[in-house]
Amino acid sequence: MLKVIKNRLEQGYRTTKYPKQPITLYERFRGLPEVNRNCSAEIIRRCADACPQAAINSETGQIDLGRCVFCGLCETLSAGEFVRFSQGFEMAAAVRDDLITYGDLPSLADHSQKHFKKLFGRSLQLRLISAGGCNACEADINVLNTPFFDLSRFGIQYVASPRHADGIHVTGPISKNMCQAVLTTYAAVPSPKVVIASGACAISGGPFYGSDEIVGDLNQLLPVDLYIPGCPPHPLTTLHALLNYFK
Amino acid sequence: MAELLPIKNNELILRSDIPDLKFDDFREALLDFTSEAGQAGQIVQFFAYPDQDDLKLLAVLRSDKLYVAGCDAPAKFASLTAESEKFNLFEREMAEQYGLEPEGHPWLKMVRYHANYVGKPDIFGNDYSSAIPGNYPYFKVDGEVVHEVAVGPVHAGIIEPGHFRFQCLGERVLNLEIQHGYQHRGVEKLLQTVPFKRLPILAETIAGDTTIAHTLCQAQALESLIGLEVDAGSSRVRVIALELERIANHIGDLGAMSLDVAFAPPAAYFGRIRGEYLNLSQIVSGNRFGRGLIRPGGVTKVIGSEQRDLLLAKFAELTPEVEHVNDLIFSAPSVLARFENTGTVSHADAVKLGLVGYVGRACGLPYDSRVTFPTEIYGELPANSNHVTDGDVCSRAVVRREEIMHSIALINTLLANPEAVGSYLPVHFELAPRAMVVSLNEGWRGETSHCLLTDATGQILRYKVKDPSFHNWPGLALALRDEGISDFPICNKSFNLSYCGFDL
Repeated sequence: MLKVIKNRLEQGYRTTKYPKQPITLYERFRGLPEVNRNCSAEIIRRCADACPQAAINSETGQIDLGRCVFCGLCETLSAGEFVRFSQGFEMAAAVRDDLITYGDLPSLADHSQKHFKKLFGRSLQLRLISAGGCNACEADINVLNTPFFDLSRFGIQYVASPRHADGIHVTGPISKNMCQAVLTTYAAVPSPKVVIASGACAISGGPFYGSDEIVGDLNQLLPVDLYIPGCPPHPLTTLHALLNYFK
Repeated sequence: MAELLPIKNNELILRSDIPDLKFDDFREALLDFTSEAGQAGQIVQFFAYPDQDDLKLLAVLRSDKLYVAGCDAPAKFASLTAESEKFNLFEREMAEQYGLEPEGHPWLKMVRYHANYVGKPDIFGNDYSSAIPGNYPYFKVDGEVVHEVAVGPVHAGIIEPGHFRFQCLGERVLNLEIQHGYQHRGVEKLLQTVPFKRLPILAETIAGDTTIAHTLCQAQALESLIGLEVDAGSSRVRVIALELERIANHIGDLGAMSLDVAFAPPAAYFGRIRGEYLNLSQIVSGNRFGRGLIRPGGVTKVIGSEQRDLLLAKFAELTPEVEHVNDLIFSAPSVLARFENTGTVSHADAVKLGLVGYVGRACGLPYDSRVTFPTEIYGELPANSNHVTDGDVCSRAVVRREEIMHSIALINTLLANPEAVGSYLPVHFELAPRAMVVSLNEGWRGETSHCLLTDATGQILRYKVKDPSFHNWPGLALALRDEGISDFPICNKSFNLSYCGFDL
């Protein structure tokens, strides 16, 4: 008992003040890319050719955050001339095409559907479906339940039964072997319901694009309401997305 | 033994130098090497691959050395699993991937549920038009009061999908069958066909919590095939990244194990502290899982004086906290009462299954590939040794606690002696033709291995990935024998195996 109290005192209060106060991530964190629109076509082409995710449009220089895994190769290759990855982690979108960007995403709060805010603004229960990814997305959604993020203080919870859920939160490129389970789980959620695609995998197939063992894009199966890019999305990216879209 | 070629970890081998045995000799050599009467060896890799119009088998085995041998693959052959459990999943995998039939295999069921790579008739009688698991005869216990509990693929939590079948007599589990495949996304096939620029990204996502170990295996194997040297400074960064990965995962699991026996405070503390170590990975690499850091030829980021100071300061702050929370867990009688004598795997069974990592070490199998087949600068670093080897949940927890402290000491030592890191530039890949290399690293779960074969033009002919979970999942099934079904969560968490690393 004494040890419990001692540890409690040592641990103290650790919950972040975000979103009331801004939070700064270390400078090496690769968040929202900022594309230099005046970059030479030659450099853009070189970066586009080298991009393992085919996420760079070699004509326009736009980056598709739904494909990007934030490896930073284009920044290294162009020595920052074509793109710099900022520490901005607020980069979810309600429209798929908005993720194809120079780094100027529209405000998510303005794009959210008003009736969702009314329905789920005070209480949001989500059923997570892990569907063929690498478990990094799941791990960084799980940490939202740790004391630092303390997700439940916002009235948001991940629940066991789809019957208790207001929507599904899908990670992974939807392996063929999870396709049926995704559809069945979605069907078990009562309407009205939301669909969230989290991570490059659920949005575009991610690192596994082109595999014949995956669906590769949740939108092919279900109507997606909210896209959270990243590989995996930083927990703060997910937190920002949930708060701005639903609150 | 004479039939097997001794090789080194990450050594470039010409495929023509691999002993090409007759199948019967190959089978006998493997069975002899892995038997208790022989070398009591274990399997690192055992798989089929195409060679022009033929299929061949290749085995990489270990005792205190590594060995390789191969043979032509007969379409049907006398199963090795019939003689030794060690071959079970490997033979099922080659049946699924290449349509080879191990005759007399006592448990010939699909592994991941996909059509084979070569268009042969399906061994399991599946045409893959129906959803997983197709023709899958679950093991069933009959009896008036025997009941069955089926769980998954979607579990009650934020976790990966898999299917568990418990055969129970009341609360007592008679048998647990674990059926996989839901996370199968075709990783090996992609690794063999995509442009080289995609390889590191795929390695990083074989198992997200093992990003560093898998990327390290790939980078080292490719470095051997390309002929690249890695400077000592880069090697140091790699080791620090791998040990950070180990610390974060062990801490998260110990917290979760505490929660599974309803002792909440350590779960809250370790949940947050795990995040602190992930943030240290982010300070080094720019990503909480260490993505974008390790590439063939070196590392993309240096640990300069700024990062070093940040790491040392955070370590100084966190180490006492880790010690105190561990003390809280391991001195609570209510925790120990649930940990001890729960989910026991005997030493003999562990040997038969070839368990690896902390799961194996908790059963008294001291194997640690950092010690036996050291890569990078592990040869210069002190090893950990564990003494609690009862094979139960408690032993697995204690091993992890010790490994956390060992890894913290390793990183402190490495940071105390900084060394310049060579600059990194993306390299153009040209792989040695007709070659083979096998890479082993001790990921946090245990022996992680990639084996690459190249063809006459230097293209990747076969890329075989083995996550330690491939060895250890059958161990979890055994741990549940005769346990109460309500102890499943704590047993499961003490193993914490990867679904995606298994399913590929």
